[in-house]
Amino acid sequence: MIDSFFIAWKYISYNRIKTVVLVACITLISFLPFALQLLLAESERQLMSRASQTPLVMGKKGSALDLVMNTLYFGDDVPELMTMTASDRIADTDLALPIPMYVRFQARGNPIVGTTLDYFEFRGLQIARGRQLALLGDCVLGARVAESLALKPGDNLVSSPESLFDLAGVYPLKMKVAGVLKRSHTTDDLAVFVDLKTAWIIQGLGHGHQDVTKLKDPTLVLKRTESNVAATAKLFHYTEISEKNMATFHFHGNLSTYPISAVIADPYDAKSGTILRGRYLSKEETLQIVKPEVVIDGLLQNIFRIKNVLDAVIAVVALATVLAVILVFALSLRLRQREIQTIFKIGCSRMTIAKLIAAEILIIVFSSTVLCGIMMVAVKSVANDLVRMLFIR
Amino acid sequence: MIAINNLAFSYPTGKFLLQIPEFSVEKHEKIAVIGPSGTGKTTLLNLIAGIITPSRGSIRINDTSVDQLNDAQRRQLRITHIGFVFQDFELLDYLNVNDNILHPYRITRALQLNSAVRERARILAEEMGIGDKLKRRPNDLSQGEKQRAAICRALLPQPRLILADEATGNLDPENKTRILNLLFRAVAEHETTLLAVTHDHELLGRFDRVVDFRDFRI
Repeated sequence: MIDSFFIAWKYISYNRIKTVVLVACITLISFLPFALQLLLAESERQLMSRASQTPLVMGKKGSALDLVMNTLYFGDDVPELMTMTASDRIADTDLALPIPMYVRFQARGNPIVGTTLDYFEFRGLQIARGRQLALLGDCVLGARVAESLALKPGDNLVSSPESLFDLAGVYPLKMKVAGVLKRSHTTDDLAVFVDLKTAWIIQGLGHGHQDVTKLKDPTLVLKRTESNVAATAKLFHYTEISEKNMATFHFHGNLSTYPISAVIADPYDAKSGTILRGRYLSKEETLQIVKPEVVIDGLLQNIFRIKNVLDAVIAVVALATVLAVILVFALSLRLRQREIQTIFKIGCSRMTIAKLIAAEILIIVFSSTVLCGIMMVAVKSVANDLVRMLFIR
Repeated sequence: MIAINNLAFSYPTGKFLLQIPEFSVEKHEKIAVIGPSGTGKTTLLNLIAGIITPSRGSIRINDTSVDQLNDAQRRQLRITHIGFVFQDFELLDYLNVNDNILHPYRITRALQLNSAVRERARILAEEMGIGDKLKRRPNDLSQGEKQRAAICRALLPQPRLILADEATGNLDPENKTRILNLLFRAVAEHETTLLAVTHDHELLGRFDRVVDFRDFRI
């Protein structure tokens, strides 16, 4: 019986450090291209699937990529803002359903998406627990947000201030969790959805405070006339919308001038989509309307170009590693001449010696493959977040 | 058992020449080979074992002409019929004593490793006084213990010919006697022939015959 693997195993477990270094080298050099390929495939899947499900996105002229990334994937880079008039303009054309989006604020690291109920229908999002947005100050959580923050309907979530050092900034708003969405395995799982008006309240455009007509404390009143009361900064502003104070919340000015970051336009048919796009082509137009699929495809082309460069670099490193591994084995064989001579003297054939060395190489390669597999499984399990971190945020 | 005729061997450097006109060993014979260092005692054992081949002349073991065999046949002969105790033990550092003893069984299909062989290895190690060292690695053993492990490895396949190169060289008097007794018992029980290179002149009286190498070397 030739027990090559037994002897090989004994040898490599005796020479632990050399084995660990070899396994680490082979593992890393095999893992890198596979992991890169996996991440790129996942990024392509994530980016393209959502982009192809979103026919048109309108926003201020500027970076089409920022506009799409912010609107579709709730990326951190907020495009130049526009007003609700842009959404109304699309509605007036009767060519598409406009879904206004205001993606600017965050709550405990998760993007707050201000939108309308049309968005949920458009994306096919369903409520798993609780109810849909109904009242000012309500929020609906994506499945993973609810999971990671351990929140359920009835709990509260506080919006994060845009800047910690902005002393003149608005107070964070304590939102009530109305519902939690079913898991959709898309970016929507990672978002906090609110009504547009709630988003504007977070920004400070709408607010609720003590009834100034009934103020008795003179330090709260700056100036009082028959038609107007000017309050001091001491006036108490509500940071939470409740049934008791909801009536005090109000917006100043015309809501059509309020900001939004984008409008998703869902044309009623292909022809309507083409006509709609045509209306935003003039040079004087301050708005742009883009096909997310085209924008994302451009992004992926760039990523793949970079990947080609990385592939070339990895190939060179892989070649160097293979040569280094061959060198290690060659030097190891020289050091083991005496041992090989002993085995030969006992009566072992050269073929058996070759088998012993082959078994050692196989064990090392197998260990590297298993390790590489484990690392790939680990990367795959976090690929969704990793892709988001690498390409979106 | 062994018949050598008109044997000549020289290393490629040409500095050393071994010539043996005639030399024979009978079956079950216990021969001690003596002589000063560098006279070719180890070379003779290597020639008989087929590790090296003669420049001319013939070596026969029973009916087999070792010098006529090809490389594979000589290895087969060596592993199945000859137990070689090397001068410097030649144990493998990464195997424990037990695995070193069983090593020949793991590198050839000619020997079958089974529970009986494992048990025989254990008993042999007990008899050699290293029964409690089976899980240790060679680096943890004394010179004498390494020597005994090497002898166990040579004796385990129950060879027809034992070639021992200074088998008792590193042992204390008590262990020398013990090892020699075991080697002689192997000769008696398994109809083995023993050809032992030694410098221990006090042991020579226990061998059937003593060959002085100064007679061969030119």
